[in-house]
Amino acid sequence: MISRFLAGGLERRINILLAILIAAAVLVPVLHLAVPASSPLHMPTYAVALFGKYLTYALLALALDLVWGFCGILSLGHAAFFALGGYAMGMYLMRQIGARGVYGNPDLPDFMVFLNWKELPWFWHGFDHFWFAMLMVMVVPGLLAFVFGWFAFRSRVTGVYLSIITQALTYALMLAFFRNNMGFGGNNGLTDFKDILGFNIQADATRSALFAASALALALGVLVTSALVRSKYGKLLIAARDAESRMRFLGYRPENIKLFAFTLSAIMAGIAGALYVPQVGIINPGEFAPANSIEVVVWTAVGGRGTIIGPIIGALMVNGGKSWFTGALPELWLFALGALFIATTLFLPKGIVGAWEGWWKQRRERDGAASVLPAGNPVESPAE
Amino acid sequence: MTIGETTTTSILYLNGVSVSFDGFRAINNLSLVLEPGEMRAIIGPNGAGKTTMMDIITGKTRPDAGEVFFDGKVDLTKHDESEIAMLGIGRKFQKPTVFESHTVEDNLVLALAGPRNAIPALFHRQTKTERERIDAILQTIRLAARRSEPAAALSHGQKQWLEIGMLLAQDPKLLLVDEPVAGMTDAETEETARLLREIAQTRSVIVVEHDMQFVRELDVKVTCLHEGTVLAEGSLDQVSGDNRVIEVYLGR
Repeated sequence: MISRFLAGGLERRINILLAILIAAAVLVPVLHLAVPASSPLHMPTYAVALFGKYLTYALLALALDLVWGFCGILSLGHAAFFALGGYAMGMYLMRQIGARGVYGNPDLPDFMVFLNWKELPWFWHGFDHFWFAMLMVMVVPGLLAFVFGWFAFRSRVTGVYLSIITQALTYALMLAFFRNNMGFGGNNGLTDFKDILGFNIQADATRSALFAASALALALGVLVTSALVRSKYGKLLIAARDAESRMRFLGYRPENIKLFAFTLSAIMAGIAGALYVPQVGIINPGEFAPANSIEVVVWTAVGGRGTIIGPIIGALMVNGGKSWFTGALPELWLFALGALFIATTLFLPKGIVGAWEGWWKQRRERDGAASVLPAGNPVESPAE
Repeated sequence: MTIGETTTTSILYLNGVSVSFDGFRAINNLSLVLEPGEMRAIIGPNGAGKTTMMDIITGKTRPDAGEVFFDGKVDLTKHDESEIAMLGIGRKFQKPTVFESHTVEDNLVLALAGPRNAIPALFHRQTKTERERIDAILQTIRLAARRSEPAAALSHGQKQWLEIGMLLAQDPKLLLVDEPVAGMTDAETEETARLLREIAQTRSVIVVEHDMQFVRELDVKVTCLHEGTVLAEGSLDQVSGDNRVIEVYLGR
């Protein structure tokens, strides 16, 4: 049943995208590890980590697009789910440090020793195990989204009000995680990671593996999202976006339809965050900053919401631009981002992919009309 | 016939229903009984409470007082919109409300009776019976040629028909149809009257309408509402001959 469901998501453009992602998962590690550093084809370490990070952003943007583009829920708090997934991974990585911390305490992470804590808080138990941490990467964001969505959608909170409370959610989490006695490293967050699954986190092979894992996770996200939006459920998502009351009077519960997508989207964001943390080497409460969630919205809008490829292109392009910009003209980046968002809203309301699709359709129709009309076929006249 | 018997045999039974919004009595001690298989036209000036009555029947608005029973036994005041839809009451809105970015066909697919949860929808595959049902409805609402076009591309009148088609797909026992011919041409109006008469052969229907010509074409019992209560009931000629009806329509 699951494989038939996933097969439903395959169509030409999705196939091409999946092929590119899988090729990248193979090719980038080869270019990084097997090609000698003297060759122009060699991929340097910083590039592998940078592109790996972009791929996790792309997965985050895709997760947002599932709820915003397809279901009309403009979440301004998706970075919270990303950060929670990141913290779950960070906690596992902290436990892998063991006695190699600055204080050499085998039982407690450095920041707990520094705060004079005597024993590990209950919510840190289990994070020694990779499987448990991976479970939490999905369960914690998923559960938060489920509970939050359950109340919000049932109370029929929609539109801008929902956006504002999602923003409040991520802000509240940021304030909470900044506090030292929350037990997540406070201001400094979690860092100084050593190993992942026994491999040195700084090693070239580990970085390559993390890149490949990010590319494959994105490919899986694409496959699942595509299958989802092409199923009857996907049609319900769009229906909930366009005419919620019509749905209700047809006997559906739009709140349940939305809740499913919102929870799944949060899980996807959590996985993206878990892949992000080992590649950048740190997770701190800054990841919960409201501006981060808004940036994700900009990526998705620029690429084209309501499409699968759009948010991925948007995330890669805007972040590529950001990396270049913050190097060349660092103080102007935020202005450039704002200008980009305004320009997209004004000139490309459907984003790059949407505009391209519109242009393509127009061209095809013009060609089609040119070839049909001279033959004397009547233009289809609706029965009115 | 006593009231008790009426409740158990009628498809819809409203008794002494009242509702006010901020002190304004939208519905005032309204009573109405619809027999199974009956089609009823509801007329009345603006603000007579026609749409509010539909809101009460479909669970969108809770009445302050009174009884609302469906199919003889179901207390509609205890259910919400989705539950009432699943019980078998379909509703067409005053402003045609369809899923604009879906194709005509997909609009019907989503309306088709069946499970309403997320998980079954993920794994749903269209069956032959479903396809045939959709083909039949497309014929009935005269949109077969436009099945793969987005609903947004339809004319106003065609959207009204599509919405009626969605009600048919939903397969309700009772249809509430709010101003089905608003904004339609004369030919479309005639066609819609024919369509509704056809539907009424197998279901109970309540039609709210301003267009008297259309009500005459329907040729059914008419209820005139005024200030949230029933002013007159009977054939169109009886009702339109009633002095009080003439007064609320023409007087003041």
